[in-house]
Amino acid sequence: MIDLILTQTLNGLASASSLFLVASGLSIIFGVTRIVNFAHGSLYMLGAYLAWTLVSYLGPADTFGFWGGVLLAALLVGLAGVLIEVLILRRIYQAPELFQLLATFGVVLMLQDLALATWGPEDKLGPRAPGFKSFVILFDNRFPTYELFLIAVGPLVLGLLWFLFQKTRWGTLVRAATQDREMVGALGVNQRLLFTSVFAFGSMLAGLGGALQLPREAVNLHMDLAMISEAFVVVVVGGLGSVTGAYLAAVLIGILHAFGILIFPKITLVLVFLVMAVVLVVKPYGLMGRAPVGHARGHGPAEPLLLPADRLTKLAGLLALALLALTPIFAPDYLLSTLTELIIFALFAASLHFMMGPGGMASFGHAAYFGLGAYGAALAVKWLGAPMEPALVFAPFLAGIAGVVFGWFCVRLSGVYLAMLTLAFAQIAWATAFQWVELTGGDNGILGVWPSAWASSKTAYFYLTLGVCAVSIVALRLTIFSPLGYGLRAARDNPLRAEAIGLDVMRIQWVAFIVAAFAAGIAGALFAFSKGSVFPTYMAIPRSVDALLMVLLGGVQTVSGPIIGAFAYAGLSEQLMKATMYWRFGLGLSIVLLVILFPRGLVGGSLLLVERWCRRPEAAATARLAAEGGR
Amino acid sequence: MTIDRRSFLGVASMAAIAAPSLVRAQGAGPIKVGEINSYTAQPAFLKPYRQGWELALEQINAAGGVMGRKIETIFRDDGGKPEDAVRHAGDLVNAEKVDLLSGGFLSNVGLAIADFAKQNKKLYVASEPLSDAVVWANGNRYTFRLRPSTYMQAAMLVEEAAKLPAKKWALVAPNYEYGQSGVRWFKELLKKAKPDVEFVAEQFPALGRIDAGATVQALEASKPDAIFNVTFGADLSNFVRQGNTRGLFEGRSVVSMLTGEPEYLDPLGAEAPVGWIVTGYPHADIQTPEHVKFRDAYKAKYNDYPRLGSVVGFDTMNSIAAALAKAGSTDTEKLVDALEGLKFPSAFGSAEYRAIDHQSTLGAYVGKTAVKDGKGTMVDWTYRDGAKYLPDDAEVKKLRPAG
Repeated sequence: MIDLILTQTLNGLASASSLFLVASGLSIIFGVTRIVNFAHGSLYMLGAYLAWTLVSYLGPADTFGFWGGVLLAALLVGLAGVLIEVLILRRIYQAPELFQLLATFGVVLMLQDLALATWGPEDKLGPRAPGFKSFVILFDNRFPTYELFLIAVGPLVLGLLWFLFQKTRWGTLVRAATQDREMVGALGVNQRLLFTSVFAFGSMLAGLGGALQLPREAVNLHMDLAMISEAFVVVVVGGLGSVTGAYLAAVLIGILHAFGILIFPKITLVLVFLVMAVVLVVKPYGLMGRAPVGHARGHGPAEPLLLPADRLTKLAGLLALALLALTPIFAPDYLLSTLTELIIFALFAASLHFMMGPGGMASFGHAAYFGLGAYGAALAVKWLGAPMEPALVFAPFLAGIAGVVFGWFCVRLSGVYLAMLTLAFAQIAWATAFQWVELTGGDNGILGVWPSAWASSKTAYFYLTLGVCAVSIVALRLTIFSPLGYGLRAARDNPLRAEAIGLDVMRIQWVAFIVAAFAAGIAGALFAFSKGSVFPTYMAIPRSVDALLMVLLGGVQTVSGPIIGAFAYAGLSEQLMKATMYWRFGLGLSIVLLVILFPRGLVGGSLLLVERWCRRPEAAATARLAAEGGR
Repeated sequence: MTIDRRSFLGVASMAAIAAPSLVRAQGAGPIKVGEINSYTAQPAFLKPYRQGWELALEQINAAGGVMGRKIETIFRDDGGKPEDAVRHAGDLVNAEKVDLLSGGFLSNVGLAIADFAKQNKKLYVASEPLSDAVVWANGNRYTFRLRPSTYMQAAMLVEEAAKLPAKKWALVAPNYEYGQSGVRWFKELLKKAKPDVEFVAEQFPALGRIDAGATVQALEASKPDAIFNVTFGADLSNFVRQGNTRGLFEGRSVVSMLTGEPEYLDPLGAEAPVGWIVTGYPHADIQTPEHVKFRDAYKAKYNDYPRLGSVVGFDTMNSIAAALAKAGSTDTEKLVDALEGLKFPSAFGSAEYRAIDHQSTLGAYVGKTAVKDGKGTMVDWTYRDGAKYLPDDAEVKKLRPAG
């Protein structure tokens, strides 16, 4: 038994190393540039693929060929990082918080298709490392020498990073920028160079992490997304910007995996997220993280003031609604079902926007409430034999109750920590749906969730969806301009002042969280009946990312943004998916271009343009101030 | 709903993009098949699949098509998401006016399309999804399935596993429906064939996320006599490499599902395991006339050898053409009647869609893995006719409530 424990500990340490390399790069990049680099997993994958090619070319059996290939691959990935930073990210540093995430997600999509086109669909099993091909006997078990090598790499890189950050000027600048970016700029440091070099360095670490996996894992097209969520967990558990924390967290996660396999072989995936939830509840800034100095939202420009719609806007809204209501007269069935889906997504995006825009609480796990709404409806139909109408009423409450419980924990945090806790809860909800096969049917889902007879025609269901969603979206909008909404915005803009004038910030945010969850639940329930079936994918990470993209694309700080964003994003991906097999590249490229052209989102950007055109002196001044980051 | 001027423009342009394509007259033009698959999510299997499909399509159309009409395929990518597959199904049926649907790789995608088919009374020929539920628990009148199911593959392997002296078995399978039911059937059937076996360890790594070193160690710790594996793809490669280095497979028998398929055996190269009992496809060695003809045509068209996916794509298209020819119509009800009991030519010889549960009797090759010229291959293989590895009719009726 003791042998097994020791061996599993070593196994855990070995898998921790690559995780640490990737996570430390991610952490450094975030620390300095405040970019949540979603493409970091893709850079890791790129490192592995490049290493595979280079090592095969330089000679896998040769010591120099192999290690030279690995290092060269890491350098090339660093270069790719420079390209991404200079071509894309540099243009949007001034955009609102998290907006850069959208751009990096575009890069993820593009790199997926580039890798597929370059290296083909088959997995690539790399050669074993020269000098580390065999095993040693440890605790009566055979243990691969390459794993021992990997165990050593972690602390080695940690030591190097420590030296770099403590003993070189560049490292000092990086640390300074992590603490206070504006101050570093004010002191005359060349920020552009610093940002580019940091991004390149972080990318290189990810590339190295990928390249070192070559003798250990088959290189495949799913490595990127498999790595990125785990790397995020490590960064957050360790504490943002803390390299030592990242190492501790990587070791914790690695060992947890190794032992989780022995004790709970079925829940290894969610175990990681359970641990993250516990850590964040107990230590809100991660194991080694510190509360941010000064104002948490100190970067980016001031948020423009939200105003209730003027008469013209209201008229346009009514007109659009009327137009939508008239579509069944001329539109064929398939267009109606696509529109039904888009309207549902508009509500889903609007619900996320409610907590993210006015509430200032970005969620990486909003699909949980969408999915719970869908499951609420499906379970009511399957287990209670309920017809559609009561199921639709019941479903959002399941999502709302989850919002009550999860929200209570989440509102105690802020920023990326809050976002990651929502992700953890979403993963726990997903795992429940996935594993509780008796209740939910597991990944085979629940089938036969079709609407009642009167709503089964496409037209009838379209009207049902349009009615419910329009009412819900208007209700959300009215709430934004109600006392609750004003309180929420006060809490977002300055929690201290809000507290001082007697607002219970946490309570307000909690209520907003629940409202958002409830509204997402409505969308989910409608979605379930439009599809006829419910699957765990409804609450998986990609759907949460979809919602986030819709809101960001439309513009976080506008009220109608999420609706436009939902139509633009879902419509675009639907059309591209039909048109080409390389739709991911097309979608990624469109996202990147939109991000560069409309750094405040589609609606935010258009509003800014309109205000400039109208040359209203006051508005123009506000807009200019906003654009220049005045606060 | 509050929509301002910009959003109005957005909606208007959306509507313009999605404007209905020209509705074609029915009956005269080509017969249309709507093929939905996870092309971008599972390219290793589905690229050869599509090539096999297009080869069959080309041959059928070159011979004049069916009923004097050419067959046309509209391919759609579901990205591995059942909800997108359902959207495509709706779009294909309503907008493209396809005559039938086909495809599906993941089990849940197959089940979602099957349920859509049942609701909309449209024929669905499931090519790849292995879940037993597609034809049994959730089976319906409008759904047929080509490939041997999880149950059938497990039954073929159990036959061999029962001959082994091994008593203590360890199991490893990806943690989703395919892996879980593979393990369930293997345990149930092996216990029936050989009541004194015991199962000492079970590992369920997440699909595509195996922690191979730790998994191998956990299996090793249970000291089994034999191992049953259901992992495939990258998980399999990582499992094999760690298992080889750590000596997990030494002195133990391994029985493994799908491992003999070139899709999963080829990436392993010279490190392919030796002596594993597997289901698979020894493409280079099958010399039956049907297969030689298929292989030669495939090589001539693509300058590459066929994978199992190619066979599945090829056979699915051919079985659809056979059904159309027999029905003499594209009417769904007539097609369903034609498919029940339809005998069709396949690259593995003749097979039949059973009337009782709509499962085809297409079989699989069972043999042992070996390494030849630095590549994994199968030796001592035999073809197992799928018809012999299904439960008896009374049992099937119990498993399939739809009748």
